[in-house]
Amino acid sequence: MAGSITTNNLSATFGEVRAIEGISIEIIANKVTALIGPSGCGKSTFLRCLNRMHELVPGAGTTGEVIWDGRNIYAPDVDATDVRRGIGMVFQKPNPFPLMSIADNVSAGLRLAGSKRNKSAMEEAVERSLRLAALWDEVKNKLHKPGGSLSGGQQQRLCIARALAVEPDVILMDEPCSALDPASTQKIEDTMDKLKDNYTIVIVTHNMQQAGRVSDFTGFLLTQESGEPGRLIEYGPTSKIFTMPDHKETENYITGRFG
Amino acid sequence: MSFINNLRDKFRRAPRPARERLGDTLFRIIAFLAAATIVLIIALLVIQLFRGAIPSIREFGAGFLSSTEWDPGNDLYGAWPFIYGTLVSSLLALLMAVPLSLGIAIFLSQFAPRWLRSPLGFIVELLAAIPSVVYGLWGIFVLAPFLGETVEPFFSGHLGSIPIFAGPVYGVGLFSAAVVLAVMILPTISAISRESMLNVPRDLKEAAQALGATPWETIRMSVLPLARPGIIGAVILGLGRALGETMAVTMVIGNRPEASASIFAPAYTIASVIANEFAEVTAGLHMAALIELALILLAITLLLNLLARLLVQQTGARAARGKDKRA
Repeated sequence: MAGSITTNNLSATFGEVRAIEGISIEIIANKVTALIGPSGCGKSTFLRCLNRMHELVPGAGTTGEVIWDGRNIYAPDVDATDVRRGIGMVFQKPNPFPLMSIADNVSAGLRLAGSKRNKSAMEEAVERSLRLAALWDEVKNKLHKPGGSLSGGQQQRLCIARALAVEPDVILMDEPCSALDPASTQKIEDTMDKLKDNYTIVIVTHNMQQAGRVSDFTGFLLTQESGEPGRLIEYGPTSKIFTMPDHKETENYITGRFG
Repeated sequence: MSFINNLRDKFRRAPRPARERLGDTLFRIIAFLAAATIVLIIALLVIQLFRGAIPSIREFGAGFLSSTEWDPGNDLYGAWPFIYGTLVSSLLALLMAVPLSLGIAIFLSQFAPRWLRSPLGFIVELLAAIPSVVYGLWGIFVLAPFLGETVEPFFSGHLGSIPIFAGPVYGVGLFSAAVVLAVMILPTISAISRESMLNVPRDLKEAAQALGATPWETIRMSVLPLARPGIIGAVILGLGRALGETMAVTMVIGNRPEASASIFAPAYTIASVIANEFAEVTAGLHMAALIELALILLAITLLLNLLARLLVQQTGARAARGKDKRA
């Protein structure tokens, strides 16, 4: 299925520093997969390897395979920009283009060379994406206002709409609610629930309750010794990970005994 | 808890020593004086220039600006050739330097590998440290002959029917001055533009990259819009330097007080004529005319700065209102 991602023995480095090592996981299409683990365990780095954002950091490197849509996205003939069009991303800090209008923010991806659309298709996509992100009713009368004028929660939903507009198969979310208040968090979780029908979602979160609420599958990453890279300790259905994990570390983390 | 409250009261009620408050006040006064000095200097400068220019203003009135006559022998003075030469040489220089500088800034801030950034940036900044008389020497002995033998004949030969390329070529002239100026303002514009491009937050670049933007699209979408105020500021600074540059321009522009349509013709700038003639003049109308020229140069610089500032504000305001009128 187009929405599934399989990693084989994926490792990532920042210069000499090994961030994650040997992660093999199969992310199921049209499900929400949560990645949890203490700070510095490499879960964000792992996420950024899935759409080749990691390599944009100077000195960063990866080894191993990420299979998406039937091919290894790290194969030499694969263009990273194609990968990123198919696997969208929402960041921890809302990052709309601050001077661009709300409408232009959403259609930004559609104005790029690889995904050009005509004007009416673009307007349609803007409305559809904003509705999906549960932002349409709040901004439909001020689409020409700059993206920077919205509140933090609205900005994050704008970023989700922007990611949705290019119709990716997968959406990666890197702690999307950590800068938001509970009401905004609620709206984004509702949105994720709706999106599941058509999109695969991978979310990195620090919030255990959130992982429990929104995800179907959960992966637990951990740095076992300081200086060691992060490894995948356990991966499975969220219900199982949260009630009867196989590993002691998982249980300790989930029950709040450390991390 | 009462222990903590006691402690809290103790610290809250401890008054600041008077000495410390006095220091604060003194510091504020010194800072204010420093800021006031700059205003005072500009005000004094304008007043002095104005007073010195009064005889010339009385004699020629507004006609001074448009008159093309500059004849110290007959005590006839007009500023137009110098205003023209100053504006055209500077604008031509901008035309050449801005695209090149933006290219340099984009390369240094976005594409250059880390090990290349500092050395290359240093070399660019080194260009700014070369004394202008050295540029002038290079201009008169190397650049002007080269342009006069190759570039200028080519343009006047093929495009001579267009007035700006028409007429005989000498090497020295407006165009050579503009090229020298372009080289001189290049480091200023590229260094400041590079700074403002480097200041664009990484997460905004990633916003574009995560949508599948190519490097160029990322620059267009994230970097340039946010760096624009800095880039405009850089161009203003470059323009300011070009308008006021004296030595190098004097050496290559030909020093002929004529406002010719051709960019290959010799010309004259305000700064050059002041530098050239001040030594020979003692007093009287000639002196007053030169001082009025200085006043005009100051006014041009100020006016262009204001204009550019307005431009920055307006693009900022337009961006804030949003360009999308569809909704």
